[in-house]
Amino acid sequence: MKALVCVKRVIDYNVKIRVKSDKSGVETDNVKMSMNPFDEIAVEEAVRLKEKNQIQEIVILSIGTDKSQETIRSGLAMGGDRGILVKTEKDQLEPLTVGKIIKSVSDKEKPDLIILGKQAIDDDCNQTGQIVATLLEFPQATFASELKKNNDNTLEVTREVDGGLETVKINIPCVVTTDLRLNEPRYASLPNIMKAKQKKIDVLEIGSFDIDIKDRLQVLEVKEPPERKPGIKVDDVDSLVEKLKNEAKVL
Amino acid sequence: MKVLVIIEHDNETVKQSSFSTISAAKEISDSIEAIVLGQGIDSVINQLKKSDHLKKIYKIDNELFQNPLAENLSKAIHKFTEGSDYTHILSPSSTFGKNMSPKLSALMDVQQISDITKIISDDTFERPIYAGNAIAKVKSNDPIKIITVRPTCFEPCALNSSVDVESLKVDLDKNNLISFVSYDKSKSDRPELTSAKIVISGGRGMQNGENFRLLEGIADKLGAAMGASRAAVDAGFVPNDWQVGQTGKIVAPDLYIAVGISGAIQHIAGIKDSKFIACINKDEEAPIFNFSDYGLVGDLFELLPKLEEKL
Repeated sequence: MKALVCVKRVIDYNVKIRVKSDKSGVETDNVKMSMNPFDEIAVEEAVRLKEKNQIQEIVILSIGTDKSQETIRSGLAMGGDRGILVKTEKDQLEPLTVGKIIKSVSDKEKPDLIILGKQAIDDDCNQTGQIVATLLEFPQATFASELKKNNDNTLEVTREVDGGLETVKINIPCVVTTDLRLNEPRYASLPNIMKAKQKKIDVLEIGSFDIDIKDRLQVLEVKEPPERKPGIKVDDVDSLVEKLKNEAKVL
Repeated sequence: MKVLVIIEHDNETVKQSSFSTISAAKEISDSIEAIVLGQGIDSVINQLKKSDHLKKIYKIDNELFQNPLAENLSKAIHKFTEGSDYTHILSPSSTFGKNMSPKLSALMDVQQISDITKIISDDTFERPIYAGNAIAKVKSNDPIKIITVRPTCFEPCALNSSVDVESLKVDLDKNNLISFVSYDKSKSDRPELTSAKIVISGGRGMQNGENFRLLEGIADKLGAAMGASRAAVDAGFVPNDWQVGQTGKIVAPDLYIAVGISGAIQHIAGIKDSKFIACINKDEEAPIFNFSDYGLVGDLFELLPKLEEKL
């Protein structure tokens, strides 16, 4: 089995983001960037399947500027075998466009499993996996919290849905998007980070794909969320309960 | 302008998220129709029929939709909308809508607008990005807008009407690449984290999993859901699915009570849309106080039993 893991370079989840003063977006200069945490879980899952000999090859794909090579490298350091960067000059592409590019790469690579985060923590769209599955006509299991390979060329995937857990069985090839509970990603060891530097990353120009990358959505402005008005400190439990009852009226 | 709302239900009851989505539709147009796909859905239809604002309900009752598999749903809805004059297709941004709606958008070659929190005009919407740490105002240039709606941002519609229902047949082959195995409903008697009116969460200050019992008594009295900070989850105090924050669950209850939580950025991102935030923390310098409407400085092990008693 071959896995294609799709990873996105985003602002590190520990960084407090700053909205640009011209409201055109979010400040990304001199800000720590990392692999989208949900994609990290996807890499980890693929590596675990490889360790169980259920996957033979892991290809790490990213779409972005040259800097996304770093993100691919960190996936290779975790245990990916080789990388593909689809290089663009644009910082952000829309999920529909990204889905079309992944489909095109998949047509060539012919993976059995495409695995990626359920959403990126920058645009919070939660669409790409579903779009890829639809365009490829692969079955999908989104928000996976458990994944098991059966002997009959199917995967049994437990999904985190509102109010509980749903289990589905999907035929390979398939698309899986990962949720938090699936696993805890490993830290790459120093020897593995060194080894990853030798691994191959193919760089493909976005222009070589016959895909219209023009945005369908126009971002008119990005602004700070409404400020919470400053609160007060209360002296004791009695006054807390009193405030919640009579002032906030939430009890 | 004509809006189609895709109804979320469990073959027995209409989910509140659907009624909220109908309210969102009303801000776009007066011409709103709904479609319900399921199996044995008479009781669902009977509830939905009462919805204000709906002009018509389409019902597709078929074993294909016994379980909400996105493959079958998206194909059927796509077929239904072909040749129609819908300008907007709305689903709730619950896991149901998140799973299904992007598939519909791919079939129609439309760039979906996810998780909108405000409607500015029929083509311009606000949606949170970076877990609500910024708000993007976006304008769609697609001829049809496919949208998921954050249910907590729109009041559910009133139920004083009687809407016409039309049953439709569906001509669709079952997708054999996926099959439903099981659904395990969470055993907790407490409400779901993401839809609860009150949420009480514990952080590293709880010191261990046992001590979360101190929160349980309060949660029981308030009918609250229980959550935790990432630090508490990472320390193994409580299961992963309790995690509230940027990489966990985003909540927006009427009241959020943070106990022994310092208020890391990634936690605040998950709670900042709460109507009121109260916190209990022994460190009066903790950032959580800057985000709380009511802060109580002190030892949670002394204060929690008192709080439970007062409620």
